[in-house]
Amino acid sequence: MTTATYPDLLTGITEIVDEICGSATAEKVTAEATFDTELQIDSLTMVEIVVACEERFGVRIPDEALEQLKTVGDAVQFIANAGIAA
Amino acid sequence: MRNAALLGLGSHRPAHREDNVAIAARLDSSDTWIRERSGIVTRGVAGADETVVDMAVSAGGKALADAGVDPADVGLVMVATCTLTHAVPGAAARVAACLGLRSAGALDLGAACAGFTYGLSFAADAVRCGTADTVLVIGSERFSDILDPTDRSTAFLFGDGAGAGVVGVSDVDGLSKPVWCCDGEQADILRTVGSPPLLHMEGQAVYRWATTTLPGLARAACERAGVNVADLAALVPHQANLRITESLVRALKLPDHVVVARDVVDSGNTSAASIPLALDRLRETGEVHQGDLVLLLGFGAGLTAAGQVVRCP
Repeated sequence: MTTATYPDLLTGITEIVDEICGSATAEKVTAEATFDTELQIDSLTMVEIVVACEERFGVRIPDEALEQLKTVGDAVQFIANAGIAA
Repeated sequence: MRNAALLGLGSHRPAHREDNVAIAARLDSSDTWIRERSGIVTRGVAGADETVVDMAVSAGGKALADAGVDPADVGLVMVATCTLTHAVPGAAARVAACLGLRSAGALDLGAACAGFTYGLSFAADAVRCGTADTVLVIGSERFSDILDPTDRSTAFLFGDGAGAGVVGVSDVDGLSKPVWCCDGEQADILRTVGSPPLLHMEGQAVYRWATTTLPGLARAACERAGVNVADLAALVPHQANLRITESLVRALKLPDHVVVARDVVDSGNTSAASIPLALDRLRETGEVHQGDLVLLLGFGAGLTAAGQVVRCP
């Protein structure tokens, strides 16, 4: 489980996006940014980001949850909730 | 115990190639989207005279010629396929008849996209133990029989073709023991549905399994072969999707000198045929040479995976 705060999670996801997609994409990351439209992250890259989040934050993000994660903020909230529930 | 090695390869690529434009129109998609999603530009589509058996015979015959092996000396033929449109009879005995494999036993092997690498491992065992002196392993697929042209998860991804390898006795061992694994808990994410059966795939789930499983399998295969990743001349994963290949290359931090097979770009995903087709293509282009160390990684529906390090014939 993770005890990371919301800002920690946002920073962590930004770093993951930077590693997987590059700095140009990472610079556009905000809590409101949509993965597919604004960050141009398709569904396969989303899987890589989710797997990296699982490893980094010690949570499980099942495939069924992926379609609910429209914005970066959605992902942060999901991970924060998963951490509390764990 | 004797040593076994790959002695030859052969390929059959269908004469008709289809690019993304026509497929994209049926899917309300685009050439750009297909290339970004999978890397695929064209794929082979089998004609009426290119059944699973026809293509297997073609590839198998070329492999025997490449290896300099007399068909009458083949002790065993295995055909790996998941696209026969009927369960009975299998393909291998018919292939044996067409190729004149008078002394051979024959069986079909069902491990989807890992069929060729599983087949190579059993072929090597048979040769080492003396069960057979020469084994013909063929992957042959006709996905055009089981694809729904309107299915956005599969219609653009798969192609037809056959690839074959001849395994025989050699002075030096040229086939490492395999590593393999399976995950039947996720069997449903890649399956045929309905009657006639059409292929359906949950792309994200398959991508997750492949990208999280393959790096460990690759390292384990190299360790079992007693080599480092940097010792490889080439990496030939099953040509499922260029995105999976690129993810694996990144995860392994593959050195630049290791050639990576990208035949999926031209051939699409040909399941059990993809590894021998891709390796044969690397030989044709001169990117790998006889004796080079090559890591083969098959993975796919089941879910099941098998890989080994081989010396290029």
